[in-house]
Amino acid sequence: MLEDIGNLFHGFAVVIQPFNILLMVVGILLGVIIGVLPGLGGANGIAILLPLTFSMSPTSAIIMLSCIYWGALFGGAITSVLFNIPGEPWSVATTFDGYPMAQQGKAGEALTAAFTSSFVGALFAVIVITLVAPLVAQFALEFGPAEKFSVFFLAFCSFIGMGKEPPFKTVASMMIGFALAAVGLDSVTGSLRLTFGFTELLNGFDFLIAVIGLFGIGEILLTMEEGLSFKGKAAGINPRVVLQTWMELPRYWMVSLRSCLIGCWMGISPAGATPASFMSYGIAQRISKRGKNFGNGEIEGVVAPETAAHAAGTSALLPMLALGVPGSPTAAVLLGGLLIWGLQPGPLLFVEQKDFVWGLIASMYLGNLVGLIIVLTCVPLFAAILRIPFSIIAPIILVICAIGAYTVHNSSFDVILMMVFGIVGYAMKKTGYPLAPMVLAIVLGDKAEEAFRQSLLASGGNLGVFFSNGLVATIMVLGLVALFWGVIASAWSRLRGVPKTA
Amino acid sequence: MATDGPPHRSVEIAVAIICLIFGGITIFGSLSAGIGWGAEGPQSGFFPFYIGVIIILSSLINLKNAWALDPQPLFANWGQLGQVLAVVIPTTVYVLVLPYTGIYVSSIVLITGFMIWLGRYRWHTALIVGVAVPVAIYFMFEKWFLVPLPKGPLEDWLGL
Amino acid sequence: MTFSLQRLGLCAAAAVIAGAAPFAAQAAWEPTRPVEIIVPAGTGGGADQMARVVQGIVTKHNLMKQPMVVINKSGGAGGEGFLDVKGSRNNPHKLIITLSNLFTTPLATGIPFSYKDLTPVTMMALDEFILWVNADKPYKSAKDYIAAIKAGTDGQFKMGGTGSKQEDQIITVALEKATGKKMTYIPYKGGGEVAVQLVGGHVDSSVNNPIEAVAQWRAGKLRPLCVFDSKQLDYKDKITADQSWNDIPTCKSQGIDVEYLMLRGFFMSPGATADQVAYYVDLMKKVRATPEWAQLMKDGAFNQTSLAGADYLKWVEAAEKTHEALMKDAGFLAKK
Repeated sequence: MLEDIGNLFHGFAVVIQPFNILLMVVGILLGVIIGVLPGLGGANGIAILLPLTFSMSPTSAIIMLSCIYWGALFGGAITSVLFNIPGEPWSVATTFDGYPMAQQGKAGEALTAAFTSSFVGALFAVIVITLVAPLVAQFALEFGPAEKFSVFFLAFCSFIGMGKEPPFKTVASMMIGFALAAVGLDSVTGSLRLTFGFTELLNGFDFLIAVIGLFGIGEILLTMEEGLSFKGKAAGINPRVVLQTWMELPRYWMVSLRSCLIGCWMGISPAGATPASFMSYGIAQRISKRGKNFGNGEIEGVVAPETAAHAAGTSALLPMLALGVPGSPTAAVLLGGLLIWGLQPGPLLFVEQKDFVWGLIASMYLGNLVGLIIVLTCVPLFAAILRIPFSIIAPIILVICAIGAYTVHNSSFDVILMMVFGIVGYAMKKTGYPLAPMVLAIVLGDKAEEAFRQSLLASGGNLGVFFSNGLVATIMVLGLVALFWGVIASAWSRLRGVPKTA
Repeated sequence: MATDGPPHRSVEIAVAIICLIFGGITIFGSLSAGIGWGAEGPQSGFFPFYIGVIIILSSLINLKNAWALDPQPLFANWGQLGQVLAVVIPTTVYVLVLPYTGIYVSSIVLITGFMIWLGRYRWHTALIVGVAVPVAIYFMFEKWFLVPLPKGPLEDWLGL
Repeated sequence: MTFSLQRLGLCAAAAVIAGAAPFAAQAAWEPTRPVEIIVPAGTGGGADQMARVVQGIVTKHNLMKQPMVVINKSGGAGGEGFLDVKGSRNNPHKLIITLSNLFTTPLATGIPFSYKDLTPVTMMALDEFILWVNADKPYKSAKDYIAAIKAGTDGQFKMGGTGSKQEDQIITVALEKATGKKMTYIPYKGGGEVAVQLVGGHVDSSVNNPIEAVAQWRAGKLRPLCVFDSKQLDYKDKITADQSWNDIPTCKSQGIDVEYLMLRGFFMSPGATADQVAYYVDLMKKVRATPEWAQLMKDGAFNQTSLAGADYLKWVEAAEKTHEALMKDAGFLAKK
């Protein structure tokens, strides 16, 4: 423990060299650009810079590359808030309240809240990593297929039933999402399903294409219908918006802390940032006094998912290094980098490459801080993008969406799909079908099914496997509680003789 | 006729019917993949089959609810729908021709056309923006991040 | 029972000598655009790692004037990537790195392509398979483990592997034949995940490639039992305190007559000219001569067989026949 802290300070000493700070700034700026453009992912940026890093020390290289990762995480929030286009799966929940805030002229507040929450989440996760690194890897090992399924189950349960939309429309929307997620190769039996002989459908329906269409294109169509303007256009540029928002944020410390815990837990159990952000949003909505107003531009609705997503994204890096299993394409490219520098990810990395590991952890602290400063200074600039007239920005968004959809699989068919999703999104929004459950189902559907079937393979078809040990049983029970929260809450208030409020 | 348009009820009914058809396709596809519960857990089509069933059931309820709606309120008036189509049609053409013309030429036409037609900008302003954005995208994607985007005959001719 | 994959090894070894010579001549053609390497698998897998190392080497040593780009197209068990290259006739800027799904994917899914649709370029290496168990388990040798399987019931022992109806499951079926007992095969997304599931005790064994499990072996979490090759591995540097890759016995010597090697090689789009193929063959030869490549080979204990031209094609033809026979045996062929 004490030794670890000594190591950390040694790490700081390495990171604070001017050359490394410069790399950090370069990495963050590149990362933000990558995060803003839906066609570029962290994996692209890192893959491009990887060759440049061969001449550096592994520590400097990882500082720059991990900063691209932080920058991309920050950048993802920008398009979610400004244009309702989440560039990454974990930014979807940020659009629910971030975009309405921007429409009400509060883009600056929403961005500040998103960036600050990201930083808080990441910082919390890094502290957890610093303190309990060895335990974390141990905990991740406990997660077999049954445990993974239970985590997905919990994420679904804590999110559904949240909307004001008619329940059967919610069910239809979510099930259509599941059906879309099932298209393509069934990874458990290795055979194709629901492709009807079309080779274009081999990939199934990628989340990013669905989201760019449903949210991005759908939103442009809605805006056209209402006449040519973004509602946020009138918003003035207020350079003090950051400070003003900061005055307000401490009020949400409870949401923050809860989201940090959810995020770390989901990041370490290898479920990842996406379920973390949805789960955190769902739980915040249920617990918050202002929960009824979620979805209409509530700042808590931005804080909760952003904090959780970053806490998860950051804490997921540790199992990656300790176990050698990348949690995302970006992490996979980073792992490839480790191999070229002659480092071997795995349990011994922490023993044999102390400089590298603690340099990386130190760069997580500083990289996030530098990132926060950079993006916050740009908040008024980002908010000003909304002042560009709609008839200029709309076709540019359409082009960027098309590029984003194309680059997912380098397929022109996906661009057509995106357009179809756009029209579907417009129709669904107008007829009161909620989009969020569909997106959640597309993102997690096949993973949840895969984990479920892997568990059943292992147990020989016995469903008891989901209650076979303390860990999985606890998570499943939590999920059930979350699913029936409405019923439980009203029963509880009836028990206490409090009249049920609507 | 700005106050006229398709009734909301008809659109609701149409959406519910489309969902029904979608559910039907899902069930059909699942049946051919096998919907049984084998010795090693469910087969490929097991989950999609029941998902299809749930889609059909919930769509039937949605259809019933839609049927009961008041036929008076409008979904949107024709003027508004015209605005929506003014984006949908060019964008649809854009995504369809994209594999043949490449993304740069079609983007120049889309942005310039959109600005002139819907934004009423003068043609030279529109053309400047329309060319500048794809050129910026070209450098960003193809040169810096080495992400190849679809190219057409013009790019081949220019040797880009 | 002997698997005919063994033959491939022999024919491969013979061809190494005859192989590279005709391509020593200077290549007249050069790429004029960025060259894409399609990886028909997800990020982080063996093929992806190799493609990215090749990209890194080409960039670092300035072996090509144009940049090299790695693109993952993993949909439909890699079918997406193969179809993409098949559809890029006369585009000489597209390479694809293959793994066994070159054979298994069309057979198991019926996706319409075959290696005959592509232009073969060169074999880079062959990847080995090793039988691993958790180091906390009492099985000290493959013999112990096989005895335990034979003493147990059908389906009692769980084998984790990458993908379904692909190389890992083919080896598992071969093991089942050798032991006469069924195993429960659980498919995961990637090799790294399989290794971690094995460390966590969620499965009993795996047939991971060396590079996927070496870190866990060094950390004392996993134990290699035997290698599915005709001879022991060549690498004699100590990996753990007292063992090197070379110390792992062959499965055959342990009474499991199963051999399997996986192709790591390049193909390019159909319609490529001899000049173009020669350019890439030469490029990859330079790649294989770098110290970074040697390091990768050592880390992953690869079988350093490399072939090009007619010998490569011959190897691939034989491998496809073997796969078809194996998969037919196992009942993995797609319903027609």
